[in-house]
Amino acid sequence: MMKQENHGDEGANLHASQDDMESLVLDEPPPSSNGQSSPSASTSVERHSTTATTSSTSQNFNSILEPPSYADAIFTSFDSSSSNGHENPKQPSYQSDPPTRSEFLKIWVSDPEKELELTNSLVPGGTSYYTYLITTRTNMPEYGGPGSEFTVRRRFKDVVTLSDRLSESYRGFVIPIRPDKSVVESQVMQIEQFVEQRRAALAKYLNKLAVHPTLKKSEELRLFLVVRGKLPLAKSVDMASRMLDGAVRLPRQLTGEAAAVTDVNEAAQPAKGGRDLLRIFRELRQSVVNDWGGVKPVVVEEDKEFIERKEKVAEFEQQLSNLSQQAESLVKAQQDMGETMGELGLAFVKLTKLETEGAMFESQTIRATDMKNVATAAVKASRLYRELNAQTVKHLDKLHEYLGVILAVNSAFSDRSSALLTVQTLSSELVSLQSRIEKLEAAASKIFGGDRSRMRKIEELKETLKVSEDAKSCAVREYERIKENNRSELERVDRERHEDFMGMLKGFVLNQAGYAEKMANAWEKLAEETSAYKRDGN
Amino acid sequence: MLTTQRSVSGSSQSPRSPSSQPYLSVSVTDPVKLGNGVQAYISYRVITKTNFPEYQGPEKIVIRRYSDFVWLRDRLFEKYKGVFIPPLPEKSAVEKFRFSAEFIEMRRQALDVFVNRIASHHELQQSEDLRTFLQADEETMERLRFHETGIFKKKPADLMQIFKDVQSKVSDVVLGKEKPVEESNPEYEKLKHYIFELENHLAEAQKHAYRLVKRHRELGQSLSDFGKAAKLLGACEGDALGKAFTELGAKSEALSIRLQKEAHQLLMNFEEPLKDYVRAVQSIKATIAERANAFRQQCELAETIKLKEINLEKLMLTRSDRVGEAEHEYKGLKAEGEEASRRFETMVRLMNEEIVRFQEQKTTDMGIAFHEFAKGQARLANSIADAWRSLLPKLETCSSA
Repeated sequence: MMKQENHGDEGANLHASQDDMESLVLDEPPPSSNGQSSPSASTSVERHSTTATTSSTSQNFNSILEPPSYADAIFTSFDSSSSNGHENPKQPSYQSDPPTRSEFLKIWVSDPEKELELTNSLVPGGTSYYTYLITTRTNMPEYGGPGSEFTVRRRFKDVVTLSDRLSESYRGFVIPIRPDKSVVESQVMQIEQFVEQRRAALAKYLNKLAVHPTLKKSEELRLFLVVRGKLPLAKSVDMASRMLDGAVRLPRQLTGEAAAVTDVNEAAQPAKGGRDLLRIFRELRQSVVNDWGGVKPVVVEEDKEFIERKEKVAEFEQQLSNLSQQAESLVKAQQDMGETMGELGLAFVKLTKLETEGAMFESQTIRATDMKNVATAAVKASRLYRELNAQTVKHLDKLHEYLGVILAVNSAFSDRSSALLTVQTLSSELVSLQSRIEKLEAAASKIFGGDRSRMRKIEELKETLKVSEDAKSCAVREYERIKENNRSELERVDRERHEDFMGMLKGFVLNQAGYAEKMANAWEKLAEETSAYKRDGN
Repeated sequence: MLTTQRSVSGSSQSPRSPSSQPYLSVSVTDPVKLGNGVQAYISYRVITKTNFPEYQGPEKIVIRRYSDFVWLRDRLFEKYKGVFIPPLPEKSAVEKFRFSAEFIEMRRQALDVFVNRIASHHELQQSEDLRTFLQADEETMERLRFHETGIFKKKPADLMQIFKDVQSKVSDVVLGKEKPVEESNPEYEKLKHYIFELENHLAEAQKHAYRLVKRHRELGQSLSDFGKAAKLLGACEGDALGKAFTELGAKSEALSIRLQKEAHQLLMNFEEPLKDYVRAVQSIKATIAERANAFRQQCELAETIKLKEINLEKLMLTRSDRVGEAEHEYKGLKAEGEEASRRFETMVRLMNEEIVRFQEQKTTDMGIAFHEFAKGQARLANSIADAWRSLLPKLETCSSA
């Protein structure tokens, strides 16, 4: 009875409840958006908490039990980051950045629609994909100032593109990890469920971007959110950077532009003047491969501080992962407790009924009353456990979230390693070029009057050397830049983590205390009601 | 320790002196594991304190084992038809091998309750078999135990056996599915129906109570694991946040211990009484089966008597020389019939008294159990609330640091 009704709602699976959480956190989409509002956005507390469950199970209790009183059962949570569904999503809560705080950028994802893939293939029918309505509300000047609102339709592929472009443009930054492409799940669950899960994950992801102090101002994000029709972002910009792991926008660096904001056309084309460099890099890469016998070069990390940092993050990840797992077990244990308590209560309801109907002795009637009181207390406790759990999930989910943040941190670290690798590769190339030139010069000087072909070769190599030296200084500048991004981002993440975790701990503890007190009340009432039966000697 | 209301005849002592109040109190204590492997068993010390004249001396200590208690129960069931014999804890073949401390304590408690209920029952306390059980030396007890087991095995209608192994068969007998002969007593029908329903519902409640004990243990375990993990993360974090995690971890571990304690309390003070209630109802079912049997026998006997009567009349008409013999037989059967009727009526009377006593006793027993349950849960909830609340100021200092 109760068990079956609970299955869909709770589930000890934190991932499922993550999405439930997401639908909890968002408000209704603004009325200006076309189409209906997202079905899941407004369910707020009902869907996730026990309200729906208890109202249906209360019908099973029959008139013996009083109807559940929600007024005292539901109470607000105590930290700023969790909510009963009526707060803003992911407002940064740290006090250190007032300008960022007053700016807001809120995004809703809704109205999934199926569209057909327009391919050039001769096969009729073709594949289909889903698009989502992305609604943005903001007061940021980059978007047009207060009262700005935009709606666009995007598909998941667009999100992947956005994510890739951000990774390229913001190397060294701790960039939120985008939702999985993961197709496996869609085979296991209904397509509707999959689309809903994806919708929720997208909303979460986009809003994470929207509160990142740097990324929220990125052109890539703005284009994604604002420009209707086809997404004006190429899948990948920096072909040059693909040549040698990690050299970002080298052409632009060479031309001296360090702009973070690009206009639409530039962002869409491969970098200007990059074609010569492409050729050089292709040759460089080949020579690297030749020298090393096809083995991929490994970065030689010498920065002790960085190495220590990385190790610390790895250790932290391990402990966090462990705690996250234990948190899941705790949630399951609480859920089970609530379920069993409820079942016990129901069993006593049945007993009450039996002792009441056709009671033959007064002692039976008295016992019926006692049993009814037990049933009431047990059912109440059961409800409280389930509410407690719903809140616990919201709090402890932070742990799981930060596992994702660590992934992003590692990604930022590898940006740095890639950049260093570029520097080191270019350095070793310079060394080898230098020695080749010296060898040729030595050989040429032996020939009287010079060797025209050799001279030409030397000239070429010197040309290449010059370009490579420039490339190396670019790479070094880039490396330093990424290092600085790493540093400031880690500081930001550290700060946010402190705030978030403190909030989580406080919320968790307050929650536990609050619900324990409510339970104590229910049990004390029962103790009072049965106080006539004190054991001999008590 | 339960005192009794038995009147003492010819007592010359003043009513105020303690030794004049008749009492019979028994305690089952000191479980000791004896023997090895399959032969292993638990022996208990049974201490009897009494001033009943039939008993030897004010105090007697004997050593008994589970099968001795079974012997006593079976003897009482045979002799006191109509009385609801107090139930025994199950003979568990599986747990015997494990003999956990908890199992031993639960069994000891149940056996103690069993004997005391007998000692405080105004009919049963007068039983000679009870006296034997409480006083005979171990060799005598052993002999009796083996002897009686042998006899009972030969009995064609060992009702306890049927009831234990094939409960449905008993209900068939009781509900009259096998035999057409059944009491046509609407109130008794109602009672039977009630007893059967009650067993089902109680068994369900007991099942969930047992699960609840398990849930407490599981929650305790997961809090402990959670606490350890939090402490490890705290060590990793360092500084104020790390301290916060460490404190949280410590609290979780402390609460885990509280939960384990409460789980034990819940088992002994709530689940066991429920189990005891189920057993009591099962004992009533056995008595119901006895009554049905007695009724059937009575009817069969009545029919036989009728036949004999007809036969006798026939013989008398034909002036057969077998009249004397037949008359003798008839008279004998009639006496038997009256005896059977008397016995049956006693049974019915006793049962009616027993039912009243049972209902009252159970209301009290369960009331106590519910009270303990409520107190235990309230205690647990309060200590959980206190523990977490005490953590809050520490968290405040951590976050402002």
